[in-house]
Order: sequence, then C-alpha cells, then structure tokens
Amino acid sequence: MAYVALADRGQILSHPHSFITKYIWSQDHKVIAIQYGITAISVGVVALVLSAMMRLQLGFPDTFSLIAPDEYYQFVTMHGMIMVIYLLTALFLGGFGNYLIPLMIGARDMVFPYLNMLSYWVYLLSVIILMASFFVVGGPTGAGWTLYPPQAILFGTPGAEWGILLMLISLAVFIVAFTMGGLNYVTTVLQARTRGMTLMRMPLSVWGIFTATVLGLLAFPALLVSAIMMTLDRLLGTSFFMPAIVSMGEQTNYGGGSPVLFQHLFWFFGHPEVYIVALPAFGIVSDLLSTHARKNIFGYRMMVWAIILIGGLSFIVWAHHMYVSGMNPYFGFFFATTTLIIAVPTAIKVYNWVLTLWRGNIHLRVPMLFAIGFIFTFVHGGLTGIFLGNVVVDLPLSDTYFVVAHFHMVMGVSPILVVFGAIYHWYPKITGRMFNETMGKFHFWLTFLGTYSIYLPMHYLGFLGVPRRYYAYEGIEFIPESALQLNSGITIAALFVAVVQILFFVNMIWSLFYGKKAEGNPWGATTLEWQTPQTPPIHGNWGDELPEVHRWAYDYSVPGEAIDFIPQNVPANDNPEAHRT
Amino acid sequence: MSTIVFFIFIMVGLSYWWLWRQKVLEQPWVTEGTDIDLRDDIAQISPTAKTGLIIFLAVVTSLFSLFISAYFMRMSLNDWLSVDEPLFLWLNTALLVLASISIQWCAGAARNSNIRTVRYTLLATGVFTGAFIWGQLLAWQDLNAAGHYLQSNPANAFFYLLTGLHGLHLLGGLWVWSRTTLRVMAGVNTDQVKLSVQLCRTYWHYLLAVWIVLFGILLST
Repeated sequence: MAYVALADRGQILSHPHSFITKYIWSQDHKVIAIQYGITAISVGVVALVLSAMMRLQLGFPDTFSLIAPDEYYQFVTMHGMIMVIYLLTALFLGGFGNYLIPLMIGARDMVFPYLNMLSYWVYLLSVIILMASFFVVGGPTGAGWTLYPPQAILFGTPGAEWGILLMLISLAVFIVAFTMGGLNYVTTVLQARTRGMTLMRMPLSVWGIFTATVLGLLAFPALLVSAIMMTLDRLLGTSFFMPAIVSMGEQTNYGGGSPVLFQHLFWFFGHPEVYIVALPAFGIVSDLLSTHARKNIFGYRMMVWAIILIGGLSFIVWAHHMYVSGMNPYFGFFFATTTLIIAVPTAIKVYNWVLTLWRGNIHLRVPMLFAIGFIFTFVHGGLTGIFLGNVVVDLPLSDTYFVVAHFHMVMGVSPILVVFGAIYHWYPKITGRMFNETMGKFHFWLTFLGTYSIYLPMHYLGFLGVPRRYYAYEGIEFIPESALQLNSGITIAALFVAVVQILFFVNMIWSLFYGKKAEGNPWGATTLEWQTPQTPPIHGNWGDELPEVHRWAYDYSVPGEAIDFIPQNVPANDNPEAHRT
Repeated sequence: MSTIVFFIFIMVGLSYWWLWRQKVLEQPWVTEGTDIDLRDDIAQISPTAKTGLIIFLAVVTSLFSLFISAYFMRMSLNDWLSVDEPLFLWLNTALLVLASISIQWCAGAARNSNIRTVRYTLLATGVFTGAFIWGQLLAWQDLNAAGHYLQSNPANAFFYLLTGLHGLHLLGGLWVWSRTTLRVMAGVNTDQVKLSVQLCRTYWHYLLAVWIVLFGILLST
C-alpha cells in the first residue's frame, strides 16, 4: 500500500542502545516531548516564583521589602515572556505536539527526527540565554513583556545594558527552534498519516496542534523581524524604531524611527500567539471531555471548521492591542468588528463542549475535572475579552487590573488547566503508571478555586481604576483603602495556589515509582495512542505493522455495541470486544 | 502592514482551498472502512522533503513580507530619504539569473541521468551564486565609501538589512549546495542526488524571485 510505505518512508529506525543516545541525544519523538515538557515546566516554575515575589510586594508593601522597583519591572517582564512563550508555546507544541502527533495519526515518528532533536536543543539554548540574563550586569530587561521601544533599549530602563540584548537573542533562537519543530509537526501531519487516517478522522487534539503550528510558522517571523531590527537599533545604532529622542538629559544619535511600527509587528505576532496557545488547548479539551463523558464530541465538523476559522481570523485582529496607541477611528472600528466576529466560532466551540457533556455518562476523574474547570475559566476570560475588544470600553480599562484579570483568566489559567488535565490524562500512557486520584482531585479543587479567588477580585480593582504595572499604591488618592486590602487578599490566594502546585509535583514523581501499573487503555479511549502494543510505547511505536484506521475518533457509546467505545483501528464488521485491552 | 495582510490572505485562501479538496465537509461518523482515503496518487508525487521545503518557503515568505511591510510603513512617514542604489546591482541580478538557469539545467540533467552535466552545472551554480554574494558586498562597500552608512537614515538601514538577509538565505542555500556538490564529486550516481538537486532548484528560483521583488522595491523607492 502506498500509504504504509509513505508513513514508513525514511524511517529506517536505528534503535539506540546507549543511555546517551536513548535519553539525551534522542531522536525519538516521545523522549523529545518529555525533554520539552520538563524544560518548559522547570522554567515555568521560575516564572511562578517571580510572580509570588511580585504579589508579596503588591499585597504587603510595608511588611516585605524583598524587591526594589527596578526588580519589580524585571520580574513582570520575565514572568510574562516566560509564561507565554517559553512555557505555554513550548509545552503545547514542543511537548504535547511532539508526543501526540505521531501516536495519534499512526506514524512511527516525526518525518525529520534529526531536525526534531535539534529543535529541542536549540530551544534549551534559548532558555539558557534567557536565564543568563538574571546574572549579567544590570539584570534582565524590565521593558515589559511587549518590549516596546524606545524605552526598551534606552538607559534608565532596567536591563538596558545586557538584559534586553539577551532577551532579543533568546527570542530569535527560540524562533529558530520553533521553526524546526513546526516544520516537522506540519509535514508529519500532511505526509505521515497512516492508511485510513483522513483529515476528518483526526482527533481534535491533532487539529488544534496542527493549526496552531501553522499560525506559529506564519506569525513568529513577525517577532523575529522586530527582534532583529531592535537588536540593530541597540547594537549598531540604526533607527528602525527609535525617533529622535532625549535620554537622561542628552540628545541621542537616534532619529527618524517609528515606535508604532514595532507595535504593529509585535502584535502581528502577539495576537496569533494567543491562539497558538489556545487552539491546542481547545483540541485537547475536546478529547478529554469526549473520552470522560463517554460520548462523541458534539459537532465534530463544526469544531474543525471553528478551529480553521479562528486560525484565519486571528491574523486580522492584532490592532485591538493598540487602541490606546491611537489610530484612525475607522481602523479602530474595523479591528473591533473583526475581534467581535472571532467570538462567534469561539462561542460555537464552547456550546459544543457543553452539549458534549449534556446527557453524557460523565466520569469525574481528574482530567475531566480540569477540562470542565477550563470551560468555566475560558467563558469567564472570553466574555471580558468581548468587553475589551470594543474601543470605547478598552480605553478606560486598558491600563487597569481589568486587563490583567482578563488575560490571566483566558490565557493563563485556562491553558494551564488544560495542561494539567492533559498531563493527568496521558500520564498512564507516558509513564505506564497510574497517578494518585485523591491527590489529583485535591490539586484540581485547590487550584481551580484558588485561581478564581486571585483573578475574580482583580476585575473589581480594574473597575476602580487601579492601574497595572505599578510597584506601589500608597498615597494615590482615588484608590480606596479597601482596594489595598483586596490586594492583600489576592496575594494570599496567589501564594496559596503557588504552594498547592507541590501536590502536582509530588504526585507525578511519587507515582512514577510507586503508582499502580497502568493498563494500555485505562480510560477506554478510541484514539490510536491508546492502542499501542506496549505501554509506554517503545521506539517506533507500532511493532511490525502500522495500524489501519477504519473510523473517526469519537465512537463512544455507539448504540447496539457491547462496550462503550470502539477504537479507531477496529474494522467495520469486527467485534470491538476483541480489542479491549 | 498591507503587504503582510495580503500575503496572509493568500496563505489562508490557499489553505482553505486545499482543505476543501481534502473533504473537510464529509461526515466522518457515517463512513467506515479505509476506502475513503484518497491519498494514494498524491502521495506518490510529493516526497516528504519537498513538502518540508515548501512549508519552509512559506515561512521565509512571511519573513520577507513582514520586512517589506515594515519598509513601506516607514516610507510613508514624511521624512523619507531614498538611497541611490549602485548600478552594478544590475550585474549582480544577472549573475543570480545565471545561477538559476544553471541549476535548472542541472535538474534537467539529473532527470536524464547525465552526471557530467550535473557536475558542471552544479559547479556553475555555486560560482554564479558566490559571485552574486561578492557583488552584494561590493555594493555595500560602494555605499559606505559614498558616505551612506547603516546609521545615516532609515532607508540606508533598510537597504543593508534587506540585502543582508537575502544574502544570508543564499549562504544557507550554498551550504546545502556544497553538501550536494561534494556527493556528486565523490562519484555517486544521479538517482542519489536527484532529489537534492531538485530541492536546490526550487530554493534558488525562489530566492531569485525574492531578489527581483526586493530589487524592484528598492529601485522604485
């Protein structure tokens, strides 16, 4: 068959034997996925600690004097950049993308395994460069995660000596890594699907990751372009973004650059980036809900089309991040309209998730809890997004805590809940062991309620007009005492949530050694990754023959069948009972 | 930003058209079996590396479109000063065209298993491309000598940036070219280098097209 040959082509797998080729310089997509995952989560923990330090300062400015104003800005910047790019992007695409794509589409590995390995090591390099900026003269950059010029590269901004350069270089290196990985993910989905795996039979996880990767490949160049041009401005004295400007009392040599140009380039990347993180989360959550509700996903085709439509639309909404920079009112109108339109396919997805749960046989296992939690936080963050998409509402709210609350709900808490759900869901496949269910449930409830008590009050702070990006709020007349008390409360909740994450790490590590041995398909799922001959899957994934796909990914509770799921590789007239693992 | 939006519209349009052809309208829960898979013919035509290269070129196009967008946006401000491009950029352009012609010839020879022609045309491609890059460096020197430094004004900065970036992409191409050439010189037969030569051909034609667009924009502004 042409297909099997195709999926197997170029995949003369040499099975490595030494420890180094097996676990360090590995070309196996599963090992690379775990490397990506561990690196991303480790750097995420650094960002979590940074946010705890910032919250201590904001909540109890008189009690703790751990950080100075300079450091506050540096921590804000690093927290934002790490969370958005080095944690979420890397984890969803480099981690889950790498692990799930080949297994879910029935391939033996990525189509370019060597490039895949290189992608991880270059990513690690970018992380190291970024972390190095904590140790250079002047510390990391404090320009804010959007790195707006001219202030980002002028002296007076923390980290203007080396921090900003390391940040820009690290971003450029990250983009190189992402491009290598992204080429792999897209080409693998296009070329290496096993026989019978048509596009419309792919699980939604693959659809989400695939579309997000395409977005990333087209959008990350915008960040690269702005990073290159800003580096040249800083190092060689060009004036791409730098207007004639007086800095620290002296006229600089810059002149003629346009800071708004940077904003356009940055947000041309920045907005699709939201969906680079959101689309994989959408896809994964669909699979979690369907599997644990024992019911086919409601409106599969609508879900696919919505993903594709959101992907296309995400490129023409970027300027809604720039309302306060000033623009032609007609542009504002255009971008507000496109922003509201993108809410339509997004809402379709939310309805479909809820309708999937409707009359399903819901098993409230840990991954399911996280998936349902996601629906709450995402609806919440999404609705405030509709507020902010309107120019007249955005202008007064833009520089307040309302925006902080909005994007942390929609882009922080929501994807992180999916990350946790997904890790719990695939943990038995990845490690071959079950995690501790009770500890997982505690982890969910404390995290879910905890994050709500962080971000819900922030909306009220925003309505009061409490500005974001401030180091301290004493002596500002319009901010009432109650707002400061609320701030202390938020800090307590934030610290609580940060500490609770220990439950997750303890559970993961403890279960790795002492967890119950997992069966091949403990959740009774239909997708191919649960049908591998070994658990965890070995190098090459499938044994001698690739699986053949005969049906879509959501045959749960099919009427008249003896068991409530039929795996994708079960032929039409076969007895599914025989495939039960 | 109109250039990049235009490019994105084309990309989105192409993707949607392709998805349409892949039957995204079918009802996957109704159909059973493996007969619905239509890829047998398509699969034969397109090797993985080729698909990979085409996707990579889409990424590179996005990169250049963004630079061109930035160029136009900056140009629209009222203090724009244009650069007088050195005349021998025309000569460089001719060299790059020659490189493209010879790699095309080379691909034809590879198809006809004519290893001798493959060898000569491959070498010629490298020589012409190297000469092009050398010529670009001379153009930079020329501009510098005339007092048009990188820092002088945004138009100069964009000139150096765009030409430099294009040159870097060619250098990347030369790296792949050198690996292919070494294999040809080592005496492998044409079947073993056919794919590499074809990939080089696509890449060279692409970079020629990019150069013509860039050169046109630089000349006309």
